[in-house]
Amino acid sequence: MTTHTLSVLVENKPGVLARVAALFSRRGFNIDSLAVGETEHPGVSRITIVVDVEAGSLEQVTKQLNKLIHVLKIVELEAGSSVQRELLLVKVRADAATRGQVIAAAELFKARSVDVTPDTVTFEVTGNRDKIEAFLEVLEPFGIKELVQSGTVALGRGAKSMASLSRYVSPNSQQ
Amino acid sequence: MSTPVKAPKPGPQAATAGPQAAKAQPARPKAPRPAPPLGAPAAAPVLTGAQAVVRALEELEVEAVFGIPGGAILPAYDPLLDSQKVRHVLVRHEQGAGHAAQGYALATGRVGVCMATSGPGATNLVTPLADAHMDSVPIVAITGQVASTAIGTDAFQEADICGITMPITKHSYLVTEVEDIPRVLAEAFYVASSGRPGPVLVDIPKDILNAKGAFVWPPKMDLPGYRPTTQPHGKQIREAAALLAEARRPVLYVGGGVVKSGAHAELRALAELTGAPVITTLMARGAFPDTHPQHLGMPGMHGTVPAVHALQKSDLIVALGARFDDRVTGKLDSFAPEAKIVHVDIDPAEIGKNREVDVPIVGDCKAAIAAMTDAYADPGRERLKTWWETLDDLRARYPLGYTDIDDGLLTPQWVIQRLGELAPDGTIWTAGVGQHQMWASQFITYEQPGTFLNSGGLGTMGFAVPAAMGAKLGQMDRTVWAVDGDGCFQMTNQELATCAIEGIPIKVAVINNGNLGMVRQWQTLFYDKRYSQTNLSTHHSEASPRVPDFVKLAEALGCVGLRAETPEEVDAVIAQANAIDDRPVVVDFTVGPDAMVWPMVPAGVSNDEILYARDVRPNFDDEGEI
Repeated sequence: MTTHTLSVLVENKPGVLARVAALFSRRGFNIDSLAVGETEHPGVSRITIVVDVEAGSLEQVTKQLNKLIHVLKIVELEAGSSVQRELLLVKVRADAATRGQVIAAAELFKARSVDVTPDTVTFEVTGNRDKIEAFLEVLEPFGIKELVQSGTVALGRGAKSMASLSRYVSPNSQQ
Repeated sequence: MSTPVKAPKPGPQAATAGPQAAKAQPARPKAPRPAPPLGAPAAAPVLTGAQAVVRALEELEVEAVFGIPGGAILPAYDPLLDSQKVRHVLVRHEQGAGHAAQGYALATGRVGVCMATSGPGATNLVTPLADAHMDSVPIVAITGQVASTAIGTDAFQEADICGITMPITKHSYLVTEVEDIPRVLAEAFYVASSGRPGPVLVDIPKDILNAKGAFVWPPKMDLPGYRPTTQPHGKQIREAAALLAEARRPVLYVGGGVVKSGAHAELRALAELTGAPVITTLMARGAFPDTHPQHLGMPGMHGTVPAVHALQKSDLIVALGARFDDRVTGKLDSFAPEAKIVHVDIDPAEIGKNREVDVPIVGDCKAAIAAMTDAYADPGRERLKTWWETLDDLRARYPLGYTDIDDGLLTPQWVIQRLGELAPDGTIWTAGVGQHQMWASQFITYEQPGTFLNSGGLGTMGFAVPAAMGAKLGQMDRTVWAVDGDGCFQMTNQELATCAIEGIPIKVAVINNGNLGMVRQWQTLFYDKRYSQTNLSTHHSEASPRVPDFVKLAEALGCVGLRAETPEEVDAVIAQANAIDDRPVVVDFTVGPDAMVWPMVPAGVSNDEILYARDVRPNFDDEGEI
């Protein structure tokens, strides 16, 4: 089993996320992470899905996804040829005695402090999965009170885009 | 959103809706219609959503809708009363409406339509939608929904039918604007009938049915993500043709896709050109004539010995619109170990799903088979000589057959065989699910595609009667026989009332063995004859009368009820049934409970373990030689 990142362009229609998510569960595929958002075109959304499957199953996932009427295009983004990022918000125990050390550690990871109380600091950091995991390991001894992580978002490197969205946009949805 | 009609651009997403969209033919880029002059929407009539539904169905050349009205769908039934073009058939249960739409679609190649109200009406369509999804049958289900403002409040008769049916429909719509109705219905028919056909659900809230809006026809479809591939790749075709010319033990493994794409003539040409043996699955019976010398019969769990063996020992399987279902392959790991695979399917997801493929061909069967025939350079038949000798030997030694069981009751296989032999030309057969279905596949001779309609993938008991009703409505000049079991028949026979009232004279042969026969067969073979919950008491005995008495039941439902209990009566009763064409007929054939379906590959084992009859393993003389 290996991790694969799929970038899926979908029509921005009600229920499209449910269709995609339900397809994974009923075909027995596990979603590691999922991120959905609008694209440069309001009629089109991008779903970034990280799945943990074998190569053969990945092909089957992709083909089944392609059968969904609202799915426009699917591309697998390889780690080497794409930028992949997650967002982490983490609330760490940090009193007067430890605050200095905590902030020093955060600086190493280019994390920003976004909220401070007498007993805690909350950081915001982006990065690929390895960086996020490493950061959490460093914070662990201080005491992590709470954290939230986004799904991975990813874009291919280079000048080309995955698809020209205008070809998917009909006069109807432009209105 | 008002939709100005623009000149359609070429390409499937710009295909305009029209009568063509209603045909279950493979999608091909359609010639764009002439563009209406700009400003045409000014002439678009303003209709209620309900009127728009009926008008769109008329424009789509729908001749029949099977359904039942209820609260949420009620507005649509008002304009339906006035339609001169769309006939509504009032069924007795929504499941009947769905299977009737399937039967209609399978018998005519057009889209079948069913209609139901929200909540329980819609959930009763779940089984036929799942059935149509598994067997790729083009149907459109239109359901009423509670008013938009009430959605999500657990309103009376509210069910999230789009959510419920998401895994079992090709696509579904919840209509939110009245102006969308023509486009949504046009898209629904196009999606249902193109590519790999399947069911599409259109859910319309009651307030949308009552709202008014411009009715623009033809609407512009908006399906940017839907582009079924129909034209096969030339290089792959040439590779497949080359493999066929080299193979010494080729098999054409024909599935329902060949029937769906109307490729029977092309199949015959390819088969006769190559000389390869042909196998037709349960969904493809009739795609290749049973009497053709190259036809080996049906593969799979209850397939013929030569068909099962041919696949198993083949060096090249050319799968045409078939999907390597577990009922065909048996234990997948040991299926056809030496075979290379050419797989033609219009659904790319089927290719390589169960069995790895050497030459994948995505496309419509009709186009692909024709192209393969063109690309084939005949090296002569000499190389197939040994193969045919083996297969002919198996055919001679292991023909389909049965033995009479001396229990004083009719032999079910013989009854079904006589039904087939005495039926008028062009008869369409439907079947339920179980022993009678397998025997109907084995002992009736099918010469034409679309003459054996049954539930393959989902295995829906109760399919036969409503499917026969739909088939008959679509083909009124042909005889339609439903071969049913006493278990299946009790699930959906209420539609005989519909048939009687609506003048749809189908014929039903109840192969009545008093039991859930296939389950009983498994209990005989695998559960030490412990017959748990399989006796249905539909036979007459000292202990209990027939419950129900199918003859009386038939009469109560407005049909002619007949019964045959002895071999002497069988032919006369069948002739009597065949002669009636003003009313539905039900014949209760009282058959023995101990007959079993053979050959059989027990579930989960290799196809090599096929049994010709109980404890009779075929003797494959050639094992290890070819």
